[in-house]
Amino acid sequence: MSMALEDGSRVAVIGGGPAGSLFAYYLLTFAQRIDLNLLVDIYEPRDFTRPGPAGCNMCGGIVSESLVQLLALEGINLPSTVVQRGIDSYVLHTDQSSVRIDTPLTEKRIAAVHRGGGPRNVRALKWGGLDGYLLGMAQQRGAKVVAARVGEVGWNDGRPQVRVEGGAHTYDLLAGATGVNSSGWQLFEQLGLRSRRPETTKAYVTELNLGDELIAQYFGSSMHMFLLTIPRLDCAAIIPKGDFLTVCLLGRDIDRELVTAFFESPAVKRCFPPTWTPAEGECHCSPKINVREAACPFMDRVVLVGDSGVTRLYKDGIGAAYRTAKAAARTAVFSGVSARDFQKYYWPIYRSIARDNRYGWLIFALVHRIKAVGALRRGAVKMAGGEQAAPGMARRMSIVLWDMFTGSAPYREIFSRTLDPRFLGRFIWESALAAVGDGRGK
Amino acid sequence: MDEGALGQQYADGEVICRQGEPGDRMYVIQAGRATVVREEGGTEVVVRELIAGDVFGEMAIFERQPRSATVRAKGTARVLTLDKRAFLRGVHEDPSLAYGILQAMSQRIRSLTEELSRLKSKG
Ligand SMILES: Cc1cc2nc3c(=O)[nH]c(=O)nc-3n(C[C@H](O)[C@H](O)[C@H](O)COP(=O)(O)OP(=O)(O)OC[C@H]3O[C@@H](n4cnc5c(N)ncnc54)[C@H](O)[C@@H]3O)c2cc1C
Repeated sequence: MSMALEDGSRVAVIGGGPAGSLFAYYLLTFAQRIDLNLLVDIYEPRDFTRPGPAGCNMCGGIVSESLVQLLALEGINLPSTVVQRGIDSYVLHTDQSSVRIDTPLTEKRIAAVHRGGGPRNVRALKWGGLDGYLLGMAQQRGAKVVAARVGEVGWNDGRPQVRVEGGAHTYDLLAGATGVNSSGWQLFEQLGLRSRRPETTKAYVTELNLGDELIAQYFGSSMHMFLLTIPRLDCAAIIPKGDFLTVCLLGRDIDRELVTAFFESPAVKRCFPPTWTPAEGECHCSPKINVREAACPFMDRVVLVGDSGVTRLYKDGIGAAYRTAKAAARTAVFSGVSARDFQKYYWPIYRSIARDNRYGWLIFALVHRIKAVGALRRGAVKMAGGEQAAPGMARRMSIVLWDMFTGSAPYREIFSRTLDPRFLGRFIWESALAAVGDGRGK
Repeated sequence: MDEGALGQQYADGEVICRQGEPGDRMYVIQAGRATVVREEGGTEVVVRELIAGDVFGEMAIFERQPRSATVRAKGTARVLTLDKRAFLRGVHEDPSLAYGILQAMSQRIRSLTEELSRLKSKG
């Protein structure tokens, strides 16, 4: 039996989040380039135009600088109906001080989006979500969307089969794009995929309705990042969007206590209008986040893309969905759909993302250390602040921080930049000055 | 233009990139229009008009040559820049990323060929 896609081959995509939609989009794009006629069904139960959690694949909604550029190159220019705010800078807050870091060209190259129809209490549906937009792109290329949750799969004569209410459908390829926030993995185990599941931890997202004007005044078009000495919190971000702020906490099993500690910390209070207090009942969720990849993302005629396989640690998950989806689609169209094809052409990309996360863990471990020592923390902020104030100066700390928080560069590259003697020298110098200052202050 | 838009905003007539200057990035028009003009002996010739979605400045990515023309906003325009490094790194992992650029260049050669043959048949 041939394991290549042919004219009339059928492909099932389970899950229509960014990974599923981009997989379908690129599969059809590549196929059309070589005049190959494929039939693609995307199974997705969510209606992304609905406000609140029902229509949302919960996340911070930052489309990274690198992904914005890659998509633009491919002719995918996110419209201003999807991009709620273009981000041109970020502000790094520590317990004592803050520093603002601009994009090298002071240009809006990061997009803040909503994933679904918007928060539960959204008043006007001015914007469409990213997921609905990408799904629409796949549909325009010819994919059919089946509004159903897949509860059962199996095999039929060597081909994967999807069983939903109303019948069973057999395919030549099944792409798993169920993310990590559902029982999707059971399906792949039903198909016989033997692999360690992705490991996850619980994050926290809430949407605060502050209104357009206050957001512009207090948060501007900056992403606000927080490096606070709250245990278990790896990083936190506040992202301005239209009328709402998205607050995103990442770390180990974020619970209520940690969320309260965050909102009560002076660094966070400083950012908000003095009289503001978080209202009860704002839209919030505790989604899972993939912190370690699935050991094996493919078998004959089955491939996993996006979060159900691998993502980038704490950042640019949508970018990882794009990279894995496109690599899997490329393999399926130009090579074939056997495990060997995926091993040869898909695995290297998958593995490179997973390997890079090892450097990510290392960096976060270092950041925890730096956070714990006041002089180092202040040294880092002072170094970045000095670079921002002196336009001609090499922006070593700024670039490290920028790449770290925006997802613009691989962790490995960031790590190697921090080993540069000029970076280390300056950092140690600024920290020593901060330590001397501390001594004097006492 | 609203806050959601990406890139940088240029006013009517403002220069986005200038002929003769070195370039290490290309551009994609997000909204509005731009004109490509070639400055020759003190006069300006409009070579091309660009609309939303068009990529320009890509020659600087492939050749180490100064910009071959000046591009100006026509009306208010919003333009996103693409870094040479990010592009080439992307192409290294995924050569299909260059497909769009090849397609645009191919279209440009086609229209230049037509133009050339028109000029030759006139002369
Ligand atoms: C708190 C938090 C903040 C984040 N912030 C960012 C950020 O700012 N920027 C960024 O780039 N990334 C961020 N991420 C990561 C990002 O959310 C994910 O990497 C991205 O959503 C992965 O896309 P996906 O398509 O693989 O999965 P998902 O987006 O989870 O989509 C999976 C889809 O599959 C569908 N599905 C599931 N099971 C079935 C089934 N049985 N049948 C049919 N359909 C099914 C679901 O309905 C869903 O639509 C964040 C994640 C978290 C948890």
